[in-house]
Amino acid sequence: MFRFTIRRLMSGVALLLIVTSATFFLAHLAIGDPTAGLLGNSATPAQRAALHEKLGLDRPLFVQFWDWFSHALRGDFGTSWRNFQPVSDQIALRVPVTLSVVIAATVLAAALGLAVGVATGLRPGGALARVLKLASVVLFALPGFWVSLVLVMLFAVRLQWFPAVGYVPLTQSASGWLSSITLPAVALALSAIVMIAEQLRNGFVEVTKQDYVRTLRARGLSTRRVTLHVLRNASPAALTVLAVMFVGLLGGAIVVEIIFNLPGIGQLTQSASQIGDIPILLGLTAVTVVFVVLVNFLLDLVLGWINPKVRDI
Amino acid sequence: MTAKTNDAPLLDVADLVVDYRRGRHTFRALKGVSMTIGTGECVGLVGESGSGKSTLGKAILGLADVTSGTIRFDGQDITHLKGAARRSLAADLQVVFQDPYGSLDPTMTVGQILAEPLTASGVGKAAARATVVEMLDHVRLPADTVTRYPSEFSGGQRQRIAIARALVRRPRLIVCDEPVSALDLTTQAAVIDLFIDIQRETGVSYLFVSHDLGVVRRICHRVSVMYQGECVETGPNERVTRDPEHPYTRRLLLASPVADPARQAERRRSRLGLRSPSGPPVP
Amino acid sequence: MTDPSYPAPGGGAPAQQRLWSRFLRRPLGVTALAVFLLIVLAGLFAPLLAPYDPNLVDFSLTQAPPSAEHLMGGDSAGRDIFSRLLYGARTTVYGAAVACLVGVLLGVPAGVAAGYFGGLTDRICSSISDGVQSVPGMIVLLIVAAGTGADFTVLMMTVGAFMAPGYYRISRSRALAVRKEPYVDAARVAGLTHTRVLHAHMVRAVQAPVVIQSALTAGVAMGMQTGLQFLGIGTASTPDWGQMMNDGFRTMGTHPLILLWPSAALGLTIAALAFMGSTLADLISVRTEPVSRRRKRAVAPDVEVVPATGRLEHPVEDSALRIENLRVTYRTPHGDKQVVRGVCLDVSPGEVLGIVGESGSGKSQTVFSALDLLPAEGHTSADGIWIGGEPVGDLPRAKRHALLGTRVGYVPQEPMSNLDPCYTIGHQLTEPLRSVHRLTRTQAGERARSILRRVGIDDPDRVLASYPHQVSGGMAQRVLIAGAVAGKPQLLVADEPTTALDVTVQAEVLELLRELQEEYGMALVIVTHNFGVVADICDRVAVMRHGRVVETGAVEEIFAKPADPYTAELIRASLDDTESRDDLDAAWNKAGRTVRT
Repeated sequence: MFRFTIRRLMSGVALLLIVTSATFFLAHLAIGDPTAGLLGNSATPAQRAALHEKLGLDRPLFVQFWDWFSHALRGDFGTSWRNFQPVSDQIALRVPVTLSVVIAATVLAAALGLAVGVATGLRPGGALARVLKLASVVLFALPGFWVSLVLVMLFAVRLQWFPAVGYVPLTQSASGWLSSITLPAVALALSAIVMIAEQLRNGFVEVTKQDYVRTLRARGLSTRRVTLHVLRNASPAALTVLAVMFVGLLGGAIVVEIIFNLPGIGQLTQSASQIGDIPILLGLTAVTVVFVVLVNFLLDLVLGWINPKVRDI
Repeated sequence: MTAKTNDAPLLDVADLVVDYRRGRHTFRALKGVSMTIGTGECVGLVGESGSGKSTLGKAILGLADVTSGTIRFDGQDITHLKGAARRSLAADLQVVFQDPYGSLDPTMTVGQILAEPLTASGVGKAAARATVVEMLDHVRLPADTVTRYPSEFSGGQRQRIAIARALVRRPRLIVCDEPVSALDLTTQAAVIDLFIDIQRETGVSYLFVSHDLGVVRRICHRVSVMYQGECVETGPNERVTRDPEHPYTRRLLLASPVADPARQAERRRSRLGLRSPSGPPVP
Repeated sequence: MTDPSYPAPGGGAPAQQRLWSRFLRRPLGVTALAVFLLIVLAGLFAPLLAPYDPNLVDFSLTQAPPSAEHLMGGDSAGRDIFSRLLYGARTTVYGAAVACLVGVLLGVPAGVAAGYFGGLTDRICSSISDGVQSVPGMIVLLIVAAGTGADFTVLMMTVGAFMAPGYYRISRSRALAVRKEPYVDAARVAGLTHTRVLHAHMVRAVQAPVVIQSALTAGVAMGMQTGLQFLGIGTASTPDWGQMMNDGFRTMGTHPLILLWPSAALGLTIAALAFMGSTLADLISVRTEPVSRRRKRAVAPDVEVVPATGRLEHPVEDSALRIENLRVTYRTPHGDKQVVRGVCLDVSPGEVLGIVGESGSGKSQTVFSALDLLPAEGHTSADGIWIGGEPVGDLPRAKRHALLGTRVGYVPQEPMSNLDPCYTIGHQLTEPLRSVHRLTRTQAGERARSILRRVGIDDPDRVLASYPHQVSGGMAQRVLIAGAVAGKPQLLVADEPTTALDVTVQAEVLELLRELQEEYGMALVIVTHNFGVVADICDRVAVMRHGRVVETGAVEEIFAKPADPYTAELIRASLDDTESRDDLDAAWNKAGRTVRT
């Protein structure tokens, strides 16, 4: 267990290094001279040179990156190029909003996905299963922002059940917070729900065909008990999908947040990329990678607990 | 064309060691095995799962990496042969696998499957087609088989196709890895007799890997018995399958039930006599 | 030549062609294909089809409702929505094509190489793929968009790069599966180079999943593309759906139609792609079904009722199991297939009955239906089924199942696949004892330990704490036998209990079954294909072929004087008594060494 944790930690740091360095060099390659975006077109060459020196842009790229990365490992993500505020403060301000939406969407996806998956898995030929199959085909492909638009049109503009835009912090009002994140969370979760349900249903059908299920029945176990065995064996694939979905949701949240005007990392990403504020972009990238590593670590723990065979390989 | 082992053997395996790596552990599948096969001879390799019998076949075919020891084919050292040199060996050394379902690509027609080894070695299309038809005749399948897909055939027929594929390059040695154990009994007998007929017609040698002493008795001239990566006994078929010397071989022989109630009762009594008095050994 | 083969059906058309014609028979697939083609054509011929210049501003048209001249009305800037929609289709389809192409070019070769070569190649490619997957794609896309001045092609190539892991994963898993197939080894031994093997076998195997993945990927790429355009990334001069949706979003409260048109277009396109993909996926998975369509259809007509076969030996009240005129039918999409066609058999307490036959004889189906353990597609009918002298054929399902684990025990064929890999052996042994036999946790544990000792396991505590993958096959089979007899049943049904075992282990397991049967006075039914096993353990035997009983009788009689030629053939085919190669060669030499002409 200890060895496993250390190994995952090491590979997590390696992943962080690879992904942030790729983002760093890509950003420099794509943006070229960041001072153009920061100062605008009216800036004189002297102003730009001064900013260059102030931001340390006159140093070689590798030195700049290593400087950033070694600080980042200690939790120091530098300061924004636009307002010189610490990057970590700005991100910390916005992460709770994004996490609220993403975690709500994940919980929703897991709960509904489980319910629908088990219901259809028990009756794979039933009407619900057929509806799920059609729904999963379409909903998987439809982008979250498209669903968001439809939801806003329907529930916020037509029916006016939920506020169309804006965010209420949990500390201010629990009900306000809930209703402000409901539509974005549903928009994000919809495709995840059907994906997980579909995965679980397929798993059920596969596992039910296994020999040991027949043997369990032959020992006289009740249908409920046999179903528990089937569920445990069918869940790894669905959990893997859930983890992959979580990563996708973090990305999808960016557009959805802009539609619902939520002050999450989405707006920060958009504004930072427009003016070429590379420290902010790197910080955002690093935070997402940390979440990805964390989620995958949890996934491996859970999978190892569900089926000990994967632990021994 | 019965066994002639007077001149140099066609295949000469000496002190072969093969290790498998499984994560951090290494598992020694073969612990120094030696054997020979003469021209036109069929040598059986008998053993239970994990005895290393299939590994030996794989090592000869170049599908398993050899740790130490040598494999000589017709005097040439082929132990670590790779790339073009290994491919040129394909003209002489072929294989028939156990699984009649997995050993034929389901997306190709039988004609394509059989012609593949020929066209790969540069044989022209017309010549390849003629050879394919000839080999189908060898394995007693009609010539119109070429346009069909493997899924249209039964297990026994598929195994005939696999044999035909092994024959198209007119090899001198075919490694047969449990080629009949996935077949029904009556089919099994027919395919074994086909192997014998083909050997008589073409003079090819077989390394015949099997777990079944009965199968080996019918087809092999000589038999080697494998146990936990070692060759515990080698000898002429008649002696090894009737009157084995090594205790393990004797145990193996007594353990396989014979289709005759009276004789099986006898065999069972002898087997129980071999058991240690402290109770049955747990496998 | 006694090769009992199925009548081989006539020549098959090339697989590709069959798939295509089957696709055209699916209404959903055809509709989706037609819609998608329509959208592609609309995009391609937009300059010819569009009634107006998409960028032409006509202030009188600003937010105008649909009319005869302007089918979908005008947008907030006074441009014709229908024309813009057509030109937008062009952008959308082009972008999706670029993304798919880049995804395929990056993902498929890497995936095939990783799956085929394995080892270091696999580890490097897989970690790159994992890395790409954990990159927040939207952030990178926004950076690229900002830096390249929103060059659309470059942007969509980046989207393609993020789609590559999807292609990588499916190509790798297909290649990995194919790599394990013996036909790839056979091709290597046949002297094919890696390049040729990859070309001949891998490309074929990967084709179909890549096409299906492309339908999905194209949809997702369209979503990301429109999302980016919605955020204002893109050139104002070329109309696109994202821009139009943004325009509509801002006037959503007053003019919802402006948002509706592009949203509907995007939704329709993506749905069409998704349905095309899923129809294809359905067809592919049907093709890999083990039983071919033709064969099922060929068997369908013989559902006619044939007289019952087999013989009953004991009066009903003395029997442990009695089956009268059993028929088992499988429902398939192509008609019913009868696998057991009128079977009668019985066994009394203390008796060992063997059911012998080759694959497809219906022997396993017979015992499964007697235990009511058939899969959902299987349907049983019988004149009567008795267990312990009581009729059970008409019992409700729950009561019927209550017999399992109490009065009837079942020993399966394949030891490893019959233990649930997720639970310890201890849990699997004690669970029925606690839930069916109402023992406490300690009692159940004690009982499990004593049964394991009884089946010859010396260290039951270690085995109870083990997971199935941690024990050998022979050990697993002992555990399964322990599980079957734990409820002290009066009838034990064993389906090929030794077929998957090594021959020395087989002998021990047969010995164990014999001891348990004598000790508990159970009736034992053994299904097997091996006449050696029959000779070893059975008192009576029923020989089955094509779902019918060919012959029933005491073991000594059957071996000494088989009444049916098929029985005789089966016994003869048991090779343990065969002539040796030396005998065969001697006879051949005597006959003049004739080779078949």
